[in-house]
Amino acid sequence: MPRTRPSRELQPLEAVAGNGLLHRRAFLSGGAAFAAAVTGYTLSDTAAAQGLADEPSSRKAGVPVQEYGTPSPYEKQVVRTLSNPKAEPRTQHGRTPHHLLNGTLTPNGLHFVISHSGNPDIDPARHRLAIHGMVRRPLVFTLDTLARYPMVSRMAFVECGGNSAPLFSNEPLQASIQAIHGLVSCSEWTGVMLSTLIEEAGIDPKAKWIIAEGADSLALSRSVPIAKALDDAMVALYQNGERIMPGNGYPMRLLLPGWEGNMNVKYLRRLKLVDQPMMSYYEARTYAPILPGGKAYQFYFLQEVKSFITHPSPGLRLAGPGFYEISGIAYSGNGRIAKVMVSADGGRTWAQAALQEPVLSKAFTRFRVPWRWDGGPVVLQSRAWDEGGNVQPTRAEVIAKRGQTAKPVTNPLGFPSQHYNGPTSWAVDKAGEVKNVYA
Amino acid sequence: MSTREAVRRRAGATVLVLVVLGSAALAQSPNLGTPVTEADLAAWDISVLPDGTGLPVGSGTPEQGAKVFAAKCALCHGPEAKGGSAASLVGGRPLTDGIDTPKTIANFWPYATTLFDFTRRAMPWQAPRTLTNEEVYALTAYILSLNRIIGPSDAMNAQTLPKVRMPNRDGLIPRFPERMP
Repeated sequence: MPRTRPSRELQPLEAVAGNGLLHRRAFLSGGAAFAAAVTGYTLSDTAAAQGLADEPSSRKAGVPVQEYGTPSPYEKQVVRTLSNPKAEPRTQHGRTPHHLLNGTLTPNGLHFVISHSGNPDIDPARHRLAIHGMVRRPLVFTLDTLARYPMVSRMAFVECGGNSAPLFSNEPLQASIQAIHGLVSCSEWTGVMLSTLIEEAGIDPKAKWIIAEGADSLALSRSVPIAKALDDAMVALYQNGERIMPGNGYPMRLLLPGWEGNMNVKYLRRLKLVDQPMMSYYEARTYAPILPGGKAYQFYFLQEVKSFITHPSPGLRLAGPGFYEISGIAYSGNGRIAKVMVSADGGRTWAQAALQEPVLSKAFTRFRVPWRWDGGPVVLQSRAWDEGGNVQPTRAEVIAKRGQTAKPVTNPLGFPSQHYNGPTSWAVDKAGEVKNVYA
Repeated sequence: MSTREAVRRRAGATVLVLVVLGSAALAQSPNLGTPVTEADLAAWDISVLPDGTGLPVGSGTPEQGAKVFAAKCALCHGPEAKGGSAASLVGGRPLTDGIDTPKTIANFWPYATTLFDFTRRAMPWQAPRTLTNEEVYALTAYILSLNRIIGPSDAMNAQTLPKVRMPNRDGLIPRFPERMP
């Protein structure tokens, strides 16, 4: 007997939370119910109603294939936003356009970049990695020798400690998700486990930290506990299958899955085992957020569990009432994402989101919830849990511990503090416009 | 086969097994790194630790530092380090003014060794690692003196610098103490 498509009358989608959030079963049951939802609730004004004709582009031979492909010219708006495009002598930021991407992997050209003194132009044949200090025998590696080592590949997000910083503003700043959350990206990284290399050098039992240093003009340095180095740290050579992008550390970077982006030292050229942290500029000053009362956190290490909704988000106007997919990204420096809940009524009622498999440790997990928007004002919010039982705190909980600014933040590219992992709330008005609010 | 011969053979086999295991253990790691000496790495080994480890020979006074600063730093950091296109290196509001208080050497940096280390490795912006160790000591002394953290004639060197107590020395708290080595 042929399988028939259930009508929406036979299998109505179950509303599970306020303002039209539907059961994630719509995705889990293989799409039939999902199709019914779309059929039932999208506008009837479709292209099909107008009759289809061959487009001119389909009636001639196409353009030549490129040696290195670039996206369609129709995707020109899908780019990073640059904080310092003329490369004045200060830090440059390139932010990932999460609202224009989907899935869990960031294309290499769109991976966020923070370059404190520009991307160095490194000849890979001349690059060296030295391991020394409290080791039995100091060693130097070339890229060619490292390429002969057993390699591993893993997905891992990298997030700047300052990502999401505008949410420390005492009043919500109106900016795109790219400005607010654009300093996190996720790639598949391939390289040599750091433990292999430092064990070959022979670790002095008195060594407690490793100073990692880059070959950039600032010789950027961070201190990393040996325990992390021996756990899952990698000397990464490849990013999404190709050599690491210049902005992300070509020809090699330290990858510390789940840990503060700046510690994942790019252009890695030196690892020195020592018995105390170096208190480098970036760990004793820059990435040490001030607390209410005047003390400051240091050695934050972890990028804690976080999630945000990418679709919809500011700039993605809803075209009218009907069916939409709410989707976003969740991740935790502590491991796998266990659960994401989504609210459309500012946190009063919640629907559990479907998690896109595979759910990987310390990597982006895409979550999705089917939604039937009735055209009224709503406030969308997501909240994530990780496998260690850590839950994304509410904004009130973050602010109680970490404070907020006394005056509204006006520059979306500034960093009033760091390590915000509370929720993001998007208000959708009757016109379908999306704004950043606190709820 | 005599008993003695069997024992000898077994002993030989044991030796052989040990040899094989030994080389297998080595073979598990490729060992392709080139051994070097610390002397070979001296030009790269510029990190200075809070206890003074890594500080080079040399010395400098605030007065000497003022001259170096005017010649090599004031272009960006302004006359007397009061700020220009790059940050002011003098003064700073109390950290109790808010979580977004600008961090300065005087109000935030917990260790004076960081000032020497960062100046030596990263400054001047357009020509990093061109200052002599004497110049870096002198600049460090000048900046610390401008902030009244040391006296106007205090020389900074490998002995004195680690002993400088910065105003915010006890102001930083590890976020996850259990993860600290």
